[in-house]
Amino acid sequence: MTLQNSSEEFFTEFSKNSAPRPLLRVTNIEKRYGQRIGCSSVNFDLYPGEVMGIVGESGSGKSTLLNCLAGHLAPDQGEVLFDTRGAGLVDTMTMAEPERRMLSRTDWAFVHQHARDGLRMSVSAGGNVGERLMAVGARHYGQIRDEAIDWLGRVEINETRIDDRPSAFSGGMQQRLQIARNLVTGPRLVFMDEPTGGLDVSVQARLLDLLRGLVRQMGLSAIIVTHDLAVVRLLADRLMVMKDGHVVETGLTDQVLDDPQHAYTQLLVSSVLQV
Amino acid sequence: MTDYNFAYLDEQTKRMIRRAILKGLAIPGYQVPFASREMPMPYGWGTGGVQVSAATLTPEDVFKVIDQGADDTTNAVSIRKFFQATAGVDTTEETEEATVIQTRHRIPEAPLNEDQILVYQVPIPEPLRFLEPRETETRKMHSLEEYGLMHVKLYEDIARHGAIATAYAYPVKVEGRYVMDPSPIPKFDNPKMTMPAIQLFGAGREQRIYALPPYTKVVSLDFEDYPFEASKADHSCELCGADDSYLDEVIVDDQGGRIFVCSDTAYCAARQAAQSDAAAAQYEEISA
Repeated sequence: MTLQNSSEEFFTEFSKNSAPRPLLRVTNIEKRYGQRIGCSSVNFDLYPGEVMGIVGESGSGKSTLLNCLAGHLAPDQGEVLFDTRGAGLVDTMTMAEPERRMLSRTDWAFVHQHARDGLRMSVSAGGNVGERLMAVGARHYGQIRDEAIDWLGRVEINETRIDDRPSAFSGGMQQRLQIARNLVTGPRLVFMDEPTGGLDVSVQARLLDLLRGLVRQMGLSAIIVTHDLAVVRLLADRLMVMKDGHVVETGLTDQVLDDPQHAYTQLLVSSVLQV
Repeated sequence: MTDYNFAYLDEQTKRMIRRAILKGLAIPGYQVPFASREMPMPYGWGTGGVQVSAATLTPEDVFKVIDQGADDTTNAVSIRKFFQATAGVDTTEETEEATVIQTRHRIPEAPLNEDQILVYQVPIPEPLRFLEPRETETRKMHSLEEYGLMHVKLYEDIARHGAIATAYAYPVKVEGRYVMDPSPIPKFDNPKMTMPAIQLFGAGREQRIYALPPYTKVVSLDFEDYPFEASKADHSCELCGADDSYLDEVIVDDQGGRIFVCSDTAYCAARQAAQSDAAAAQYEEISA
């Protein structure tokens, strides 16, 4: 499955239906931890090629929401519909587990905040990138390696590092390796949990630049959870602001950031330090 | 001996183990959990194999034990004596005569037949263990047939060593379904696993039994451009001259002298006996 194929498929699909189908439809998601609310009554549609940011302070439920969407947590209420290649919109919660795991290996990708959570630290960079390919049936060493080299190049990791373990990489490189490992199967939807967390600003800037390039180039849809407003300003088309488990404001990114309506959003926007 | 029940274990335990064995035979390659008992030997010395043998043996059986192919090593001698004492069965060193063969790390060179049972001692039954430490996760991977990770291991081998360097415990796929650890036999023995005899695998510490019915299809995993290769030392046996058997390297002096000999002692001894018989016959012919 190459990049060209998936984007061609996407465009033919797009032109067939004049009113595009949402890629992901989330209705009334609720997750509680006993008496406490994780997140509650979240609704949105995500369309192909769209990047949505979810911002909010720590404990506002944004990571809980992301984990519910990605199938890592089972929500107490609501449904998450994903536009599968075969069967159209399917509820990922009631889907059979093999299908859901297949989906998370092929059409979905999950970029963790800490690269260590998303990488196999004892396996070389090439093996890390190749794992998803082998999981979907690639059995030709030479081809797997070529693909790995190609992807390391795309995330600006030198080809000579292909046999090094991620533990020998810097934080920024680990994060880029994690992205390569996730995008190698040409997913259609990427979940990112604080992709730039814990990186210094110049490395952040490079990573964001890279991500923006990949997202635009591959026509990816993405949901990015972050507390960093600069990240969503650069990457996201739309923004959702969360507080105490509830969505307090949604809209186009520039609109929300330049003209915040809700008191909390106003506070959030004004909290950013100007250098 | 009347102090013990036949073959040491009580009948209830043997029934429990036989149920696990039957289930294992019904689902080739699937690891069946069983209530492994304490045996009068340390874990890692073949407690799993001993329990499977105990549940398999009948008074008419002829029992053989090999350890790394040899009949005369400590482990093999002890286990053979153990069943001599507790079951009173006949024992043998000849592969062809035995009906139950307990083995550690080898498959005998002589081809086995349908009347024989091969019992393996298994230290770690889970082929995915060193790739995925969580048991819950490996079970899920088996049930959903998610074996991509196994190839990541082989990929790493090629990336690091230029070839698949795994030389023993080489992962196999059974009847196109379960990926199985063949126990630490050399990969030289992997192609022999499709055989007429029943193969039973017992892991005592890990409390798992798995099995291969006769003629089960067993395929060693590999890459299209790096196919599986059954390898052995590139020599012939110093004692019997065999060039088709698996060889051990033996250091013979302090000057770095080394020889290669068959790891299967019964096979080697039989060949040497046949050769000396032939030589004797030839000598008689000449002198007559």
